Amino acid sequence: MTTLPIERPHWRGLRGVNPGDRVYRVTLTALALLLPLLLVTLVGQLLLSAWPSIRRFGFHFVWTTVWDPVAGVFGAAPMIFGTLASSLLALLLAVPLALGVAIYLTEFAPKWLRQPVAFLVELLAAIPSVVYGLWGIFVLIPFLRGYVVPPLRAALGWTPFFGGVFYGSSLLAGGVILAIMIVPYIAAVSREVLLAVPAAQREAALAMGATRWEAVWTAVVPYGRAGLIGAVILGLGRALGETMAVTMVIGNRHDIGVSVLQPAYTMAAALANEFSEATTDLYLSALFEVGLILFVITVAVNALARLLIWRVARGTAVGSRAL
Amino acid sequence: MSAGRARRRLASGVMTGLVALLSFCAVLALLLILGNLAAKGASSLDWSFFVRNPVPAGQSGGGVANAIIGTVVIVGLAALIGLPVGVGTGLYLAEYGGGQLGWTVRFVADVLNGTPSIVIGIFAWTWLVKPMGHFSALAGSVALAVLMIPMIARTTEEMVRLVPHSLREAALALGYPRWRTSLRIIARTALAGIVTGCLVGIARIAGETAPLLFTALGNLNFTTNVLQPMQTLSLQIFVYATGPFEEWHRLAWAAALVLMGLVLVLALSARWAIRQRHAAAR
Repeated sequence: MTTLPIERPHWRGLRGVNPGDRVYRVTLTALALLLPLLLVTLVGQLLLSAWPSIRRFGFHFVWTTVWDPVAGVFGAAPMIFGTLASSLLALLLAVPLALGVAIYLTEFAPKWLRQPVAFLVELLAAIPSVVYGLWGIFVLIPFLRGYVVPPLRAALGWTPFFGGVFYGSSLLAGGVILAIMIVPYIAAVSREVLLAVPAAQREAALAMGATRWEAVWTAVVPYGRAGLIGAVILGLGRALGETMAVTMVIGNRHDIGVSVLQPAYTMAAALANEFSEATTDLYLSALFEVGLILFVITVAVNALARLLIWRVARGTAVGSRAL
Repeated sequence: MSAGRARRRLASGVMTGLVALLSFCAVLALLLILGNLAAKGASSLDWSFFVRNPVPAGQSGGGVANAIIGTVVIVGLAALIGLPVGVGTGLYLAEYGGGQLGWTVRFVADVLNGTPSIVIGIFAWTWLVKPMGHFSALAGSVALAVLMIPMIARTTEEMVRLVPHSLREAALALGYPRWRTSLRIIARTALAGIVTGCLVGIARIAGETAPLLFTALGNLNFTTNVLQPMQTLSLQIFVYATGPFEEWHRLAWAAALVLMGLVLVLALSARWAIRQRHAAAR
């Protein structure tokens, strides 16, 4: 190519026979195939490593509440319960907050305020998990103990949900930390979903005499409903798999209790705490099965969220770049 | 009727105020956390904190020099592995990603993007730590690279897609082969956006702890050997925060402030890079 550049007709490249093109395409395709390959390997390896435990305990693993490494009996029910309970508690707190942020930023906030506030809320996602954990131990838990739990107990102490002694590390602390952590994700995706709602939708409602809030609530939010639900489910996926912050504040106790003031355990926390201490092969295999269950749940939740979001904002990477 | 109208107006006003208040709460949470970090961490930041290694438990003083260097080495190595694959996958999705395979890769990337990082950690343990027989910084880097690839792929794709079609057509019309068009014209035009995506990806893995627990493990001593266990700021914070000593807690806050500063610098420079692009377009 370098010897006689002038005699080479340049339009040869247009016929798609350029060898460089083929190399380029093959290279990129090979790189792109790594991701699906990774997913398959990940699932295969988890299954393989968890197999001894799966064969030994079968479905009992999911609802057995005993976790006794010494006796070699393993059941993940307390962790599965704790994971679901802390994540649902987080959603309960985070969803109103995040939807409020998204609605305010797309519909009501003055133009000059929108970008800075959106950026600040997204910065919440930039805080490392372990820093949330540190803050949870030394700021949030004392705050809960001093100002939140006493009034909660006074008002709702008669229900089983707020019974028992509050030591600090608890389902409540885990749920609150998770809520703060997932707000930026839910808010960012909801905001993009609401921005994708056609302006005609608002204008039509306003023209019918609706107030601004009525326009938002009856015309904009229902239009983006699938995407908003997707955003919430995406937040749920984040909460389910969150490890460090939860491990540091949830108390790590193998027990199922309905009181949010009591310590609990999550699947991710169990992996973080016990994986390097697993002394027997069966113990390790049981932990791999916990990892497999966690992985399958989060993949299912994420896939559902993606499909819902794609229905509104077709094929876009909404939320993928949420920092 | 006018009473009903007034009531509806009032309801609208109240709800507007409510969503504004909720937004304020979210921003307040951020400011509180950053404020606590600055208040509790800043006083411990002195020269010895940055240049000394940890001292045995119970003694006072000591620093996190090994953890700072470890973070840079592990994250740097992860970027070295993850960036080419992530950007390449993104280019594939933007250039050839129209078909079934493109859809699959996109979907897998989005699904992997939400995978718990601890699961990636045990994955790396099985494939690298167990066969090698010992913990290593390299295994940690691979785990972090796996975490960053899907995200970088998706942002790269989005940024490349923003490049106007006419630019590609012009290059092809001039006889440029497709690969050179893609790399020299398209990728270069989208460069600021791609760099932003990479910086955001690096910022996100810089603070990761869970995948390093059974890979990089942590190390009390200073090392730059990536085949040995290595300390990072995040691991150091975890150990210090959950430990029993006052002195450790003090160092944990200081280390958290340093880590947060590092992440913020990356996040803000990502924002600055994208600003530059918008400024150039204008």
